[in-house]
Amino acid sequence: MSSPHPTAHVDYLLAVADDALVNAQRLGWWISRAPQLEEDVALANIGLDQLGQARALLAHAGQVEGAGRSEDDLAYLRDERDFRNVHLVEREQTDFGVAMARLLMVAAWQSHLYAALRGSTDATLAAVAAKAVKEVAYHLDHAGRWVVRLGDGTEESHLRMQAALDAEWPHLEELFDGSFLDPALVADGVAVDPATLREPVLSTILAVVEEATLAAPRVRPAVGGGRTGRHTEQMGYLLAEMQHLTRSHPGATW
Amino acid sequence: MSDWPLWEVFVRARRGLSHVHAGSLHAPDAEMALRNARDLYTRRQEGVSVWVVPAAQITASSPDERDAFFDPAADKVYRHPTFYDVPEGVQHL
Amino acid sequence: MYGNDFGAPSDDPGREATTQVLDVFDELLAGDGRVEPRDAMPEAYRKTLIRQIAQHAHSEIIGMQPEGNWISRAPSLRRKAILMAKVQDEAGHGLYLYAAAETLGVDRADLLDQLHSGRQKYSSIFNYPTLSWADVGAIGWLVDGAAIVNQVPLCRCSYGPYARAMVRVCKEESFHQRQGFEILHTLSHGTPAQRAMAQDAVDRYWLPSLMMFGPPDDDSPNSAQSMAWGIKRFSNDDLRQRFVDMTVPQAEALGLTLPDDGIAWSEQRGHYDYSPIDFTELFEVIKGNGPCNEQRMAHRTGAHSDGAWVREAATAYAAKAAARVSAA
Repeated sequence: MSSPHPTAHVDYLLAVADDALVNAQRLGWWISRAPQLEEDVALANIGLDQLGQARALLAHAGQVEGAGRSEDDLAYLRDERDFRNVHLVEREQTDFGVAMARLLMVAAWQSHLYAALRGSTDATLAAVAAKAVKEVAYHLDHAGRWVVRLGDGTEESHLRMQAALDAEWPHLEELFDGSFLDPALVADGVAVDPATLREPVLSTILAVVEEATLAAPRVRPAVGGGRTGRHTEQMGYLLAEMQHLTRSHPGATW
Repeated sequence: MSDWPLWEVFVRARRGLSHVHAGSLHAPDAEMALRNARDLYTRRQEGVSVWVVPAAQITASSPDERDAFFDPAADKVYRHPTFYDVPEGVQHL
Repeated sequence: MYGNDFGAPSDDPGREATTQVLDVFDELLAGDGRVEPRDAMPEAYRKTLIRQIAQHAHSEIIGMQPEGNWISRAPSLRRKAILMAKVQDEAGHGLYLYAAAETLGVDRADLLDQLHSGRQKYSSIFNYPTLSWADVGAIGWLVDGAAIVNQVPLCRCSYGPYARAMVRVCKEESFHQRQGFEILHTLSHGTPAQRAMAQDAVDRYWLPSLMMFGPPDDDSPNSAQSMAWGIKRFSNDDLRQRFVDMTVPQAEALGLTLPDDGIAWSEQRGHYDYSPIDFTELFEVIKGNGPCNEQRMAHRTGAHSDGAWVREAATAYAAKAAARVSAA
């Protein structure tokens, strides 16, 4: 058995971290725009959890890499092609139904992923996962309750929630594609093969979809590529906004 | 349009203490009320347990009845231990 | 707070402000006691409180916007987390305050309608734009600093639910001011460009912050009554002076200049002097002619109307779920 390449380890950590970071970046948009003030508070909590996970994982990725890069170096100074997040989290979302459909998928994925990563042989990753698994359980609960209320609410909300689910669903499969992953990382017990999470994640999501009186979308998976840095066009704008101030003042501290 | 119903929130700050009224919020149902209460009233680790109660379900005494309700207790001084004389030197009483 | 612990005045003839109950109210205030929701109170007291608490709540939620404007662009992940938590707190403060207002027999939905239709106001400070990252620091240091000076006395306000809400708000607010100060301190000790950014923000936010205390005492018709009622504890000018006295030494610690040549310590008064304020601009901004009035309202009403289908869906679901329970 060959030992995993060090960059493979870093890339894996970045994949998990970037999903959380980009998800937090999109969630931040909602603060002051939620349907009810109580929801502004709830979405901010979820965004803060995601940001916290991203920071811990990016800091760890920087240490494993050993090139002296900090969490901020990795968040602000990498270019689009070096980001490892899936398309699911990077696309714009300005409809509450879309936001909840996506949160349901991301939280279901992260719940099973972090639960498995608690046993990672990378002790720091295992510790981050052990803390995060509790946080994402709450995110899953929150998204699930909203999807059920919107799906089984009014006629209008049912249609809108179904449309939101249909729009997000093609991007679900990318989460389970482990082709970017060095098999040695899985063999060493550092990483989890994403394909093994497909069934449990889908079953978690489908239970909610059913309770919400919605139909599981019959759509073909979209072509992914985020894990190898092939993103949607929206990713460039997201990063331009997120990074511009930091990059305008090289070397400055904030 | 009318808002979601109002809920009163009670938070137990830590084990060994009672739940104390923390405030109120709006939510469509009890499940969401409980979660909103967690997000709104325990952001800084203010609690280990939360109750939510529909505000409409609370029956409160009225200030108009205050005299009839609470004044009669004022002259029952014999309910308090300080009412009684204890001879000097008697302990554990 | 104490949500149902009130009755609408029309429903409850017992609460009519008869001479007798007003005597009880006056006695309560004279003894520095607290008025609680179901107590009889003069209608004018109730209306003044509703207006003030609602305006305060509206300010908190409109105040989410200028800083929220920088969440996506915060220059480090630590700053991003702090800013998200701060803007979230503002939503929370709005909620505490709406809850306090609701104890006076009004509905939050109605108060929001009044905000959206322009019948109720919010603090004019939030009609100024946040043009640079340093503005987030200046808002924390100056705007939240001024708010704290205004709000600490409200923790002893005669109306119990408002006072209790303010205790909670003030506790949380102190982190807001410190993070703003820390942002400016870091910038003023950073690169020349960062330092210039910090000074520019302070230059723009200083006067609007002073105006947050309202018009001068001679020009503030409602103040005397509010002070008699224990809703207000200190005059506008007294609070403004307290803020100036507090801020001048902090500016020195930051190494930044407050944009007023007239600032000087007065041995005689035991306070810092500052130049007379031209309030023309404040009144223009209040009238709706500030740089961001329209934008702030459009953002707020947009969020509210975009969310209508969600609120309706949740109400419909709750009714269905309740029906299922009673059918079972």
